[in-house]
Amino acid sequence: MKRTITAVSVVFLGLSSAYADITAPNDVSFEDGAVELSVTGAGGNAETGRAVFLNRKQGNCLACHVNSDAADAPFHGDVGPSLDGAGDRWSEAELRGIVTNSKMTFEDTIMPAFYIEAGYNRPLEKFAGKSILSAGQVEDVVAYLLTLKE
Amino acid sequence: MGLKPVLALATGMIVASFVALAEDSANLVIEGETIITTAPAPDHAENLDEVFSGWLFRSKETQALQLDDFDNPGFVFVDQGIDLFNAVDGSEGKSCAACHENVEDFAGLRTQMPRVVDGDLQTMEEQVNACRTERMGAEPWKYSGAQMTSMTALIGLQSRGLPMDVAIDGDAAPYWEKGKELYYTRVGQLDLACSNCHEANYGNMIRADNLSQGQINGFPTYRLKNAKLNSTHARFKGCMKNVRATPYAEGSAEFKALELYLASRGQGLAVETPSVRN
Ligand code: HEC
Ligand code: HEC
Repeated sequence: MKRTITAVSVVFLGLSSAYADITAPNDVSFEDGAVELSVTGAGGNAETGRAVFLNRKQGNCLACHVNSDAADAPFHGDVGPSLDGAGDRWSEAELRGIVTNSKMTFEDTIMPAFYIEAGYNRPLEKFAGKSILSAGQVEDVVAYLLTLKE
Repeated sequence: MGLKPVLALATGMIVASFVALAEDSANLVIEGETIITTAPAPDHAENLDEVFSGWLFRSKETQALQLDDFDNPGFVFVDQGIDLFNAVDGSEGKSCAACHENVEDFAGLRTQMPRVVDGDLQTMEEQVNACRTERMGAEPWKYSGAQMTSMTALIGLQSRGLPMDVAIDGDAAPYWEKGKELYYTRVGQLDLACSNCHEANYGNMIRADNLSQGQINGFPTYRLKNAKLNSTHARFKGCMKNVRATPYAEGSAEFKALELYLASRGQGLAVETPSVRN
């Protein structure tokens, strides 16, 4: 039992120290909707980003977007535009801005802000004060979006 | 659009239903009676041109279940409602039937609910519980419990085919305004209002669901998902939880106001109670 606990805390330490330079959601700075600096201070992993994109409890991006690269996953929504070629249309900084808080790019959009933690109206308690994605997940999704070329 | 087959199929179905609408043949015919599933939007629904029943947005299979009362699983509960209507309960030794000889006398009532009574907005559920507690000396039923939804389905059925026609002026006006404000207020971690999905995006797919206008003319509605009748307030709760918002309580002032506002957005659509949805 003791051993397991030690192992778990090592994993946690490992996680929290993975990124040296995390920018908290409220400290992200936007310029014309775009976010220049990585919110982890490091690059993301496109493969992990694809998993976050698909996961219904994380990005759940397919709820609203068609994405041919994810043709293996069922039920793509069409509330938002197709993301085919998103990596051609947008720069890395623009994509980071859209994922962090799309309302800074598209006024009044239906697309949720994935990296804010304040300003929610009546959130369920377990989500209060929390961003939908972590800093690492934001960077991973951005890395993945950059691979969507036509 | 280059969509995947599954989506293309679903989109094809939407197109088909709207094409059919244009030909005026998309009406729901139950037991030989035509139920209006689309109507010109009322003036107070200023962002809509037409109103559409949620039935139009469901798959052919789900739609078919509503075409025949023997196939409609909601009727099992309507039958239970008939038993409850005749059952004596409470200290006064009365049943509903003791005061309301014939349930058919409730024809038209659903179209006017919720309504203001003595200055308070009253839903069908509250009317039923008022009769139980004040006239029968019986315990109130749970707002969305099986007994209540069976009863509201039975009473609603008496208005099937009649157009929704709630009052929104006079002493109903403040409730209506409050409901309208709630309809357009973004809530939850996903920061979405009812209008984001049901006004700006009806006809679009959100994952596997074809978004409807979120009309309430078919409530209580039998859902294949949970195999029971669902009240309007239970549905509002579900939609709020989906956007990760803390829902208001069933029977709360907020949900009652929202119900009045939604009922008014469906003005002209026929009552479909008990409808079938997925
Ligand atoms: C509830 C709906 C919804 C969800 C969920 C959603 N989006 Fe969006 N997204 C939109 C809409 C709508 C737009 C178009 C902007 C507008 O007009 O509001 C958009 C635009 C975009 C764009 C720009 C598209 C282009 O090329 O013009 C990108 C990139 C994007 N979203 C990525 C994502 C990612 C990544 C996720 C998940 C982490 C996601 N979206 C989740 C609705 C959504
Ligand atoms: C994230 C999208 C979303 C939001 C926001 C949303 N809903 Fe829904 N709602 C759905 C989906 C999906 C369904 C099931 C398919 C349908 O009927 O549209 C649904 C169904 C409904 C129905 C049942 C319609 C029928 O014919 O059976 C009602 C009523 C409804 N919603 C009301 C509301 C209200 C009121 C709000 C705001 C408190 C709301 N919804 C917010 C997605 C949403």
